[in-house]
Amino acid sequence: MDGHAILARLRERCGDRILATHDYRGDHTAVLSREGIVSALTFCRDDAALAFDLLVDLTAVDYSRFPGREDGPRFEVVYHLYSVAHNHRVRLKVPVEQDDAVVPTASGLWPIANWQEREVWDMFGIRFDGHPDLRRLLLYEEFEGHPLRKDYPINRRQPLIGPKV
Amino acid sequence: MGVGAFFTGKLDEAIGWARKYSIFQYPFVTACCGMEYMATACSHYDVDRFGAGLPRFSPRQADVLFVVGTISHKMAPVLKRIYDQMCEPKWVVAFGVCTCTGGFYDNYATVQGIDTIIPVDVYIPGCPPRPESVIDGLMKLQDKIAVGTQRY
Repeated sequence: MDGHAILARLRERCGDRILATHDYRGDHTAVLSREGIVSALTFCRDDAALAFDLLVDLTAVDYSRFPGREDGPRFEVVYHLYSVAHNHRVRLKVPVEQDDAVVPTASGLWPIANWQEREVWDMFGIRFDGHPDLRRLLLYEEFEGHPLRKDYPINRRQPLIGPKV
Repeated sequence: MGVGAFFTGKLDEAIGWARKYSIFQYPFVTACCGMEYMATACSHYDVDRFGAGLPRFSPRQADVLFVVGTISHKMAPVLKRIYDQMCEPKWVVAFGVCTCTGGFYDNYATVQGIDTIIPVDVYIPGCPPRPESVIDGLMKLQDKIAVGTQRY
């Protein structure tokens, strides 16, 4: 399937949850509401024509200093899906407000989402509702703040951690 | 100078001479500087000429801790524990600019110089340092080991 057909198939089944779609240089994207993301991901995985069996990447973007998008929702959680069987791709996005930075987890659909969501929590401070074990992944427990947020000072010093007693 | 002080001084010199030519290093290699460390250690530059040819991969058998490569905050407690496990007398060499000051990794993850964790005897800056500067640093360390009071 090409990207237009994938988006059409998505629109057919999850049309009420899709906020926008666009394509840029052959990469097709659907922006979904937070309430609809898990059902859309489930559909993408289980539908025989789509069959997105691989969650390539789950990450986030902080748009707070992005030219032209300062006033919109601060974060976007991004899902890159790939189908090994059909060799096609799609990108799904969910806008997330700063005050209510929670997204339902996808770790029940793809096991790898467990660690990817932990990394997003670690770096951006976005929580994943229903995640079985939402701890920091790359950084350590004593770390203060979330370093990939644009308001994290670039030269901020963290206290040195000592050996565990 | 009394006879006793004369003999202690001579004994110190002899022990310093022995110690500076029997450096057993512990290479704490975490990053790309390790390549340059290997180049220095291998036959082309050959640190064995300076008595430092046998790295020990156990801190309990080592005299000199070579910290080679970037130290992150997560690695810092490990480095401290390795240092604590070494027996006296012990020396530390900061190999590469990341271990000296943090280098260009002025960010949330990197320790800004290992001297914030453990005492350092010789700093070898460079990104990575050429084998010549490593050998220069090693010779400076030998000078430092040879002079001064020896504890035994």
